[in-house]
Amino acid sequence: MTIYAALGAVEQGLVYGIMVIGVYLTFRILDFPDLTVDGSLPLGAAISAVAITHGINPYLTLLFALGGGFCAGMITAILNTKFKILHLLASILTMIALYSINIRIMAGPNVALLGTPTVFDAVSELGIPMHLSGLLVFGCFALLVTGLMIWFLGTELGQAILATGDNPQMITSLGVNTHTIIIFGVGLSNGLVALSGALVAQNQGAADVGMGIGTIVAGLASVIIGETVCGATSIARAFIAALAGSILYRLAIAFALGVEWGGFSFNPSDLNLITALLVIVALTTPNLKRRLLQR
Amino acid sequence: MISLDHCHKYFHRGSVNEIHPLNDICLQIREGDFITVIGSNGAGKSTLLNCIAGSFFPDSGRIRINSCEVTAWPEYKRARFIARVFQDPLLGTCPSATIEQNLALALKRGRRRGLGRGVKNRDRALFRDKLRHLGLGLEDRLLDKVGLLSGGQRQALTMLMATMIRPEVLLLDEHIAALDPKTANQILTLTRDIIQEQGLTTMMITHNMNHAIEFGNRLIMLHQGRVIYDVAGPEKLSLSVDDLLHRFYSAQGEEFSLDSMLLT
Repeated sequence: MTIYAALGAVEQGLVYGIMVIGVYLTFRILDFPDLTVDGSLPLGAAISAVAITHGINPYLTLLFALGGGFCAGMITAILNTKFKILHLLASILTMIALYSINIRIMAGPNVALLGTPTVFDAVSELGIPMHLSGLLVFGCFALLVTGLMIWFLGTELGQAILATGDNPQMITSLGVNTHTIIIFGVGLSNGLVALSGALVAQNQGAADVGMGIGTIVAGLASVIIGETVCGATSIARAFIAALAGSILYRLAIAFALGVEWGGFSFNPSDLNLITALLVIVALTTPNLKRRLLQR
Repeated sequence: MISLDHCHKYFHRGSVNEIHPLNDICLQIREGDFITVIGSNGAGKSTLLNCIAGSFFPDSGRIRINSCEVTAWPEYKRARFIARVFQDPLLGTCPSATIEQNLALALKRGRRRGLGRGVKNRDRALFRDKLRHLGLGLEDRLLDKVGLLSGGQRQALTMLMATMIRPEVLLLDEHIAALDPKTANQILTLTRDIIQEQGLTTMMITHNMNHAIEFGNRLIMLHQGRVIYDVAGPEKLSLSVDDLLHRFYSAQGEEFSLDSMLLT
């Protein structure tokens, strides 16, 4: 693996790390497996790309993306809490609906961002080379989001979110409306995922309706890798682990794509298979280990 | 004061499994009442407490707390008046949060939760002080996760959390039934101390006739969703277990004779 490939992987790890933090919030904290992310990542990309082509400030478009993702997450959570649809099914419904919505937003399956302003311009103007500017911008965003989330979950409201995932009966009897918390939490999660998608689109120079496929699996793989490597004994540690897991995941993928065994090598299209296998192994090994140790 | 006015609740209404766990319940709970609730399985004891707490709405009837009509209020909204302790010690606390985080959550019962720190430095002294009263050594373990505590310790913590903010009524649903006898006695003593200290209005479900007589100033017996016996004051003081058992069996005897009449 060349240094450029490694730097590229770290860059990807940082920007998708924002998505992974969103996935961590739903999957681990709220105990709400949320597949909406496969739709809200391209939603964020689409909103940001279309807004930029309409001459809106690229930083402002990130806020639009955040808001769009938040709404998508809210819809999933409302379907689940108010209409009693199973969380997985509710999120699949929103995800499928978003496919059509994303194409409507972009008025086609993709939007190119060629020669338009992006959030990287300010950094490039400082004379920082192109391959480092992405790293810098994504690093700043990822650290900012991680820091904010750690702060937020330490607040009264954040603690109520943690308790909602942990013991809904208890927090209800302490006067918290768990429906509101779930709607807000899943919204926030998808807002972050959409923000991640918007940044990816600005970096790639295009938003594409298919760019969200496999987001949830990549997110889960990153969460699990992070937990295995860094542990999750506290909330701060868990979020840092999620970000680190994202970077490790992208490095592992970059490494796998570079491997060659006598004429055989992986295609980028094998990624989803590799990721799925990775998640299966990570989810089953703790169980297997326990069973083997009991003998 | 809490009043239930002709409350009815059916489960599986209209099906062959229909049950009627609250059958025209009228109950006035006075300020400072400590009511023990007894009755056989399925008599409607838990349903009564859940109905007051708002876990579901009654099919008909009205519930008022302090002249505030709460019949249509969901459970989380009634939490500003009501604190609960459940039979299952796991239901009252958050396992992955620390002791101080759990106490801080309880300190905000029924109040707005904003962006202030979840656990505030100024509250830690209060937490330590309250925990010291339990005599379980938890005051030095503020940062331990609650999942590490035993069932008894968790139930003691739940009692503390329920009464952190003085509730208008404290609902105890067989809260010592899942504990070993020694721990159960400790929790019961703690319960009595807290209730006396704060002069709390309380309803306590129990299957132990001795506890039902020994604790509280009032006793109600439920049978098939009805209050069949409501006794307070000196009359309650003079009750014996035999009296209660006699009432119990006579209530079921009626049912038996009804059944036998149907068969003949």
